[in-house]
Amino acid sequence: MGDPMHAKCPVTRNLIEFQGVTKRYGKGQAAIRALDGIDFSISQGEFVAVMGPSGSGKSTCMNILGCLDTPSSGTYLFDGVAVGSLSQDQRAILRRHCLGFIFQGFNLLSRTSALENVELPLIYRKVPVRERRRMAHKALAAVGLENWCHHTPGELSGGQQQRVAIARAIVSEPRLLLADEPTGNLDTVRSREIMEMLAGFNRDQGLTIVMVTHETEMAAYAARRIHFLDGHLVDNTQETEGA
Amino acid sequence: MMFWETYLLAQRAIRRNVLRSSLTVLGIVIGVAAVIAMVTLGSGATAKVTGDISKLGSNMLHVRPGQGMRGPGGARASAAPFKVEDADAIEHTVAGLMAVAPTVTVARQAISGSANWSTSVTGTTPAFLDIKGWQLEEGRSFTPGEVRSGKAVCLLGQTVKKQLFENDAATGTAIRLGKIAFKVIGTLKEKGQSSFGTDQDDIVIIPLRTLQRRMKGNTDVSAIMVSADDGVSTETVKADIERLMRERRGIKPNAEDDFNVRDMKEIIDTLTGTTKVLTALLASVAGVSLLVGGIGIMNIMMVSVTERTREIGTRLAIGALARDVLMQFLVESVVLSSFGGVIGIVFGLSAAGIGANLIGVPFIFKPGIVACAFLFSGAVGVVFGYFPARRAARLDPIVALRYE
Ligand SMILES: Nc1ncnc2c1ncn2[C@@H]1O[C@H](COP(=O)(O)OP(=O)(O)OP(=O)(O)O)[C@@H](O)[C@H]1O
Ligand SMILES: [Mg+2]
Repeated sequence: MGDPMHAKCPVTRNLIEFQGVTKRYGKGQAAIRALDGIDFSISQGEFVAVMGPSGSGKSTCMNILGCLDTPSSGTYLFDGVAVGSLSQDQRAILRRHCLGFIFQGFNLLSRTSALENVELPLIYRKVPVRERRRMAHKALAAVGLENWCHHTPGELSGGQQQRVAIARAIVSEPRLLLADEPTGNLDTVRSREIMEMLAGFNRDQGLTIVMVTHETEMAAYAARRIHFLDGHLVDNTQETEGA
Repeated sequence: MMFWETYLLAQRAIRRNVLRSSLTVLGIVIGVAAVIAMVTLGSGATAKVTGDISKLGSNMLHVRPGQGMRGPGGARASAAPFKVEDADAIEHTVAGLMAVAPTVTVARQAISGSANWSTSVTGTTPAFLDIKGWQLEEGRSFTPGEVRSGKAVCLLGQTVKKQLFENDAATGTAIRLGKIAFKVIGTLKEKGQSSFGTDQDDIVIIPLRTLQRRMKGNTDVSAIMVSADDGVSTETVKADIERLMRERRGIKPNAEDDFNVRDMKEIIDTLTGTTKVLTALLASVAGVSLLVGGIGIMNIMMVSVTERTREIGTRLAIGALARDVLMQFLVESVVLSSFGGVIGIVFGLSAAGIGANLIGVPFIFKPGIVACAFLFSGAVGVVFGYFPARRAARLDPIVALRYE
């Protein structure tokens, strides 16, 4: 990856480091601490499930991880870079080159073919057309949709749409894949398919994944689980294979 | 993001909602079409007026007492009138002249039997017909003897002839102009309306001396018509006449002229000036409708931004810069408005073509105004698309992604 931001950083350090990260919404008495002094780190190649009750700060944490938001205080280091000190455009560039997103609601562009949806991040990376096409085809093949390239989201099932979204997230070979309740809109069978797929990318390509989920069954696919409660980290379990 | 990609994206977004896009650009279409039609017809009308007047004789000059006409009715009455000697002096002194005709015009009632018609009577010499390029329908012009002795003979314009005689023969009969009996010696060919909108056939021509002696009772001349030889510059002739008349009227070197010499060019300028002002006025009214069209575009772009909030959030999350999003919507509105501009140009030119045919003016294609209208419609897209585009670019990706 030819990003100057990474050239300086030794590969050995943690990919992600949260040091006393706090996120406050509102001011004064009415202020809510969505995150209250969180410390944790995630290293390259991990598959982490983030769990916790509604309103515990999971999405807030994901937004910060995804460089969409910055901490109110504390430090978030992405591969050694303090994201909080980057400008909005610099964070956009970081997202463009290093991050992939999967959303609960898929967020595919409507009336746009699966192929073009997958090509979208490559357009912003200014990848030439032919190369773009090739990479998008490859990513769609990786999620088993090589025969659905020219279908629009309206013509695909929920599970298929989420697979297109996964293809879009991995097409640019990100260093970190963020998924906020990726199976929230899917039935159990489709959810398992998606989880198998994510676990496969983690295992085979060493893709680092952080995923929010409510369901213990889905969380079980991850090797490590983080539990949130009221903006605090209550349980941070590192497990061995198959726990 | 590369420009071509942005353009394709914009095109796709527009095509996705063909009906809405069409309705949106309607304002621009009408505005551009109106501007183009107005300006094209306006320059057609100007060309027609210019052409008509130069047909009257581009080598013709009017010499009148009083200062230059500053507009309709601007001649000053206080200046001393000319005399026949002034016309003679011009004829004998100034080089390159084809003809000179002193004229006086009065309004009189023309009566024949029970028919009567109020018309204008011009006293002049036969040279007047040469200068104007008017021809006889029948009969003859004045003889030098009739001019010299001031005989009561007259030539009738077609309007007067028809009013007094209908289809009967006029030549050889007698009519009265006011209280004086005149013998009709001929009629003039029909000339139709002038570009000034006056009826050139509503005229009676009599010898100058007859009019001076028997109608006005003085020897004044109200205007001298001069026509230059072909190939002789009217500018030179004009300067020569001015020099001569200043001398004859004893005007001091620093004093202003108390007469004016106008050639056709000036008359054309006065007239086309009016047409141009009118055209500009109409075109600016049409321009206002362009602005209204722009507001329509702004409105629909705002709706579009709101509708596509989640898309914008997704793009921002995926790595689009705020300015990529700004460009995306700006290009979309510019493509939309300049598309409207192109359609408007097509409509405008067609309308001008049909209109030119209907009102009988030439169709004059002006590439400058077409280019202008196109650029202006594009500019409308930039100006009115900017606010919605900036709004899209400033969205917080987190909020946008969650937008329902
Ligand atoms: N933009 C915001 N403005 C104010 N408060 C906010 C905002 N975003 C989140 N919060 C608050 O921060 C807290 C944590 O919200 P967050 O969305 O992170 O919860 P969550 O764990 O993702 O919940 P869920 O499982 O329901 O998605 C909540 O109390 C929420 O009300
Ligand atoms: Mg959430």
